[in-house]
Amino acid sequence: MKLPISDPMTPEPYIVKQFIRETHDTFSLDLFPKNISDSIAFQPGQFTMLYAFGVGEVPISISGPAPMQSGLIQTIRKVGKVTEALDQLKNGDTVGLRGPFGSAWPISAMKKRDIVVMAGGIGLAPLRPALYALFDQRDNFGEIALLYGARSPKDLIFTNEFKTWQEKFGIQVKVTVDTADSDWRGNVGVVTTSIPRVDFDPKNTVAMICGPEIMMKYSVAELKQLGVKEDRIHITMERNMKCAIGFCGHCQFGPAFICKDGPIFQYNQVKHFFGIREI
Amino acid sequence: MKSLESILANHPFFENLESKYMALVTGCASNVRFEAGQFIHRQNDEANSFYLIRQGKVALEVCPPGKKPVTVQTVTDGEILGWAWLVPPYLCQFDAQAVELTRAIVLDGKCLRTKCGEDHTLGYELLSRLLPIIGKSMEATRMQLLDVYGNND
Ligand SMILES: Cc1cc2nc3c(=O)[nH]c(=O)nc-3n(C[C@H](O)[C@H](O)[C@H](O)COP(=O)(O)OP(=O)(O)OC[C@H]3O[C@@H](n4cnc5c(N)ncnc54)[C@H](O)[C@@H]3O)c2cc1C
Ligand code: FES
Repeated sequence: MKLPISDPMTPEPYIVKQFIRETHDTFSLDLFPKNISDSIAFQPGQFTMLYAFGVGEVPISISGPAPMQSGLIQTIRKVGKVTEALDQLKNGDTVGLRGPFGSAWPISAMKKRDIVVMAGGIGLAPLRPALYALFDQRDNFGEIALLYGARSPKDLIFTNEFKTWQEKFGIQVKVTVDTADSDWRGNVGVVTTSIPRVDFDPKNTVAMICGPEIMMKYSVAELKQLGVKEDRIHITMERNMKCAIGFCGHCQFGPAFICKDGPIFQYNQVKHFFGIREI
Repeated sequence: MKSLESILANHPFFENLESKYMALVTGCASNVRFEAGQFIHRQNDEANSFYLIRQGKVALEVCPPGKKPVTVQTVTDGEILGWAWLVPPYLCQFDAQAVELTRAIVLDGKCLRTKCGEDHTLGYELLSRLLPIIGKSMEATRMQLLDVYGNND
């Protein structure tokens, strides 16, 4: 799909239409282009470079539906300089935005298959547009299972949508946290413990995984052990970025540039580099 | 209603267990039910039982002095609760509390332990089924310790 901007290195001004507080350290921005009237074309899984003026630019995935229904929604966890600056934004403020960039979840190649979606922490954000895309053509897929793990109950995002996803779209949702106090009635344990708790046929399953690398490593191992084929497992890789268009080499990962060839990869494309300390 | 034997025989934990051992295991088993909030065992209790959860959810909790109990794992439908019955010093490591109404099959671990001592093939069968569960739980603990969702600093 075509980018709406002529120079991919020049940020476009975007207005924060709504700042949405998701958790104690995570928020969503609903952004509208200041100078472009058309909605932005993007595919589930793609990211933009968000620029907090005078502070810096960071890659952030699009977390709202594609095609864009109102604004462009991005969900951000505050971890450092730039994300802290973005956390200070108010409705009506302006940010710079380049993109969308990168590869997408290959939804159209998943037809007739069971789908396992595994998200860890903020990893649910780039997967939400993929879920919306699956819901749009629900009849084209078999079982859909979302397995979502977070650090603790207070870190869970988008929980207000889970009931609708289960009831309206018939998907299995298993949420688990790494640790909780005894007030929590839900599951405690790492996200991989949820795999045997959902129904899917491993031989006919496509998996989409997004989360910290260690979480993805164990998730891939469990799915492979059950019989999910390596070329049907899709993961997302993260590295620091600068240009986001394959020029600067900042995001190199083995022979690939994550900004251009990724961030979404078929597992068998990257497995020889995955988890290697030096890369 | 399904008999205890058929429930046990269909449980993945006992898959392909020889029928003479299946009969022995069934002899050590009975149905139990725990109300939400009920303790199944407490830390440092003698570990004389283990449970196949049929339906419900059990929280394994540690209770740091002066603090709220922390849940480190939940066990749910089709899963096994407890392996301390087969590993010295045969003491429970956690408090186990039913989070919701939980139906389970309890097995007399003490009796099975004695039988395993007498018949090493049975001992091997049960240990080789428990070891992957212990291994998975160790792997999960490591992942939890790494705090993978925390800030990278
Ligand atoms: C393709 C891609 C898509 C992304 N999508 C999202 C998204 O949708 N939402 C989101 O919140 N983030 C996302 N990220 C991560 C985000 O880009 C970083 O969190 C951000 O660059 C941090 O910048 P900073 O200046 O705030 O922190 P820095 O000052 O750069 O770092 C501060 C501290 O945070 C740690 N840190 C940096 N990056 C991460 C990280 N990714 N995870 C955990 N700790 C980190 C650093 O180690 C350091 O200790 C994405 C990254 C990539 C490559
Ligand atoms: S960020 Fe420059 S090559 Fe990827």
